[in-house]
Amino acid sequence: MKKSVILGTLTVAGLAAGAAGAATLDDVKARGKLNCGVVTGLVGFGAPDANGEWQGFDVGVCRAIAAAVLGDPTAVEFIPTTAKTRFTALASGEIDVLARNTTWTFSRDVDLKFDFVGVNYYDGQGYMVPKALGVSSAKELDGATVCIQTGTTTELNLADYFRKNNMSYQPVPIETNAEAQQQYLAGACDVYTTDASGLAATRAAFENPGDHVVLPEIISKEPLGPLVRHGDNDWGDVVRWTFYALVAAEEYGITSANIEELSAGTDNPEINRILGTEDNLGAMLGLDAGWAKNAIAAGGNYGELFEKNIGENTPIGLSRGLNAQWTDGGLMYAPPFR
Amino acid sequence: MTTLSDPPRGAFRLSMLINDTRYRSYTFQFIALVIVIAIFGYLGSNLMANLRAAGLNISYGFLGQSSNYDINQTLIEYSSRSTHWRAAMVGILNTMLVAFLACITATIIGVLAGVLRLSPNWIVRKLMAGYVEAFRNVPVLIWIIIIFTIMTAVLPAPNAFRGDNPTASMLFGAFAFTNRGLYLPAPVWGPGSLIVALVFVASIIGVFVYRRYATKLLYDTGKLLPMGWPSLVILFVPTLLVFFVLGRPISLDYPELKGFNFQGGIQVLGSLIALWWALAIYTGAFIAENVRAGIQSVSKGQAEAAASLGMRPNRIMNLVVLPQALRVIIPPLISNYLNITKNSSLAIVVGYMDITGTLGGITLNQTGRAIEAILLLMLFYLLISLAISGLMNVYNNAVRLKER
Repeated sequence: MKKSVILGTLTVAGLAAGAAGAATLDDVKARGKLNCGVVTGLVGFGAPDANGEWQGFDVGVCRAIAAAVLGDPTAVEFIPTTAKTRFTALASGEIDVLARNTTWTFSRDVDLKFDFVGVNYYDGQGYMVPKALGVSSAKELDGATVCIQTGTTTELNLADYFRKNNMSYQPVPIETNAEAQQQYLAGACDVYTTDASGLAATRAAFENPGDHVVLPEIISKEPLGPLVRHGDNDWGDVVRWTFYALVAAEEYGITSANIEELSAGTDNPEINRILGTEDNLGAMLGLDAGWAKNAIAAGGNYGELFEKNIGENTPIGLSRGLNAQWTDGGLMYAPPFR
Repeated sequence: MTTLSDPPRGAFRLSMLINDTRYRSYTFQFIALVIVIAIFGYLGSNLMANLRAAGLNISYGFLGQSSNYDINQTLIEYSSRSTHWRAAMVGILNTMLVAFLACITATIIGVLAGVLRLSPNWIVRKLMAGYVEAFRNVPVLIWIIIIFTIMTAVLPAPNAFRGDNPTASMLFGAFAFTNRGLYLPAPVWGPGSLIVALVFVASIIGVFVYRRYATKLLYDTGKLLPMGWPSLVILFVPTLLVFFVLGRPISLDYPELKGFNFQGGIQVLGSLIALWWALAIYTGAFIAENVRAGIQSVSKGQAEAAASLGMRPNRIMNLVVLPQALRVIIPPLISNYLNITKNSSLAIVVGYMDITGTLGGITLNQTGRAIEAILLLMLFYLLISLAISGLMNVYNNAVRLKER
């Protein structure tokens, strides 16, 4: 009797495991909502505004995907994740896609079994110090106390940088950006280190942003991008090409303002293919013909998202730099839509 | 009416498993066992199947890889080149350090508050009741954050000690209270310091020998020797004599503000202080209630009888009431010690790198080996909890009521 019970459980377990591997795209369509993992609160990249609406650069990617798949940019369930919880949330299926300034690294891609679909922000790690400290270079930080978000690549870069330059430091590990801000402002640490974009966003939220300087050294490469679970390539393609549709839209001058006009049909076949008026690319992805049009209409093209959330006219004030289109000397380069 | 007769003998039939009271309990226990095994078997095989489906495996190979991160408080040698296993060891020691400190402090606070809660003095009694109710009814996580936030906000940054007219100054020129922690002088062991240390150890043994002798003398002859000041003399005078005779071999290294931080001396991290005291005062409130229950379990007649023999109140407490109360106090005290150890896993909220912070935090994140790390973490907490309760049970057996 005992044996048959065990055999029975094994069969059930096998069935359950089989069900867990189902296609994410179908799950999202059936659910009618996209579960998108975002940061717990980083102004400009992902944070709820005064009305409780999530806003930001990474949030814009979530909305574009929801618009492409479901036709509705508001059909997103935003699930805040910390640096520590994000990978478990994605691996367990709690979220469909993670759009949370996450660095693309070899071990995350290969060993953790995730797929980074692209890079939506080319970043690098920097240091911020109070101006009163009189420090002008990261090489002068020997013996400093450094606040750092635990569970991020910045923790490893920091250790490498100080070892390479034969300097000592004392790390103060912190869970969230908000706590780090509090500790840094109270003087419990001399330096705050994270991605340069994060430093700019954090500094923008200070009472006196002018009292703090971001040191010139950028100590690492931090390509940040959305990621999905490894193995579900159909879903990976949907997320990847939705993102590239935003990038290509900027290149070809498709904006949220002129998209209706352009989708009536243009002389440029590439634009027509993106907007679904020529060749049905959407059907190949298992989506409507208007998938990319919906995605672009959700929050604008890549450039519009950038300018609206983190661009030079926002409090965060980041310049395009490496994140400009390849035609402008940047690294944003969408593969051809054909 | 009960009848005593031999159970009917006969061939064993399968229905007897249910109908016969001799076998029924075994049947149900067996069924329960099968169900438990089946549930765990299901969970385990489901885990393995899902991991296989995701292309993952269970492997502890990551423990041998280089950790590549730094830890702010290391009781053993550690650098970012050390392995993840070494980082886990650092975390284990940090957990044990804060658990040890908090257990001692909580016991002292708890015993004092518990005794004072029964004080005849109305104000003292009500103050202690206020302490107990305030601290045990607010979650310990909140206390950790409160203490840490107050420390960060109220205490000055090391920067404030700088300049000709600093806004903050060191206590006695030796102690610096900053929002990064407490800096205090560290002893420097010069030549000959070993002799001083040995003399001090010998003095401690001497105190115990003297106390044993005094007790024996009391029991044998009824002669009462003073305990307090001779113990202090035995403890300190020989050590101080040797210290000065040898020309002060032990000196102090005072912390000094250099660069960004105080250098030299010993730094007690702010996060350690916050965690230690939050755990101590929170658990101390529970221990106070245990102590009160223990004292009240000793019949009032005992204290009255001792008083009628002419004993003074503190002697009654120390010699009559507390020894009997201990057998009620110790068992719940064990679970309070276990609670301290397990609650110390909240360390990450203040950035204290305990085992949950290193193995269950950074290592887990950087390697992505969640299941392996969590299993190891569970094993560690299980082992340390069993060790603590084992030790405390030995002590409990020593103080429990001797039945003769």
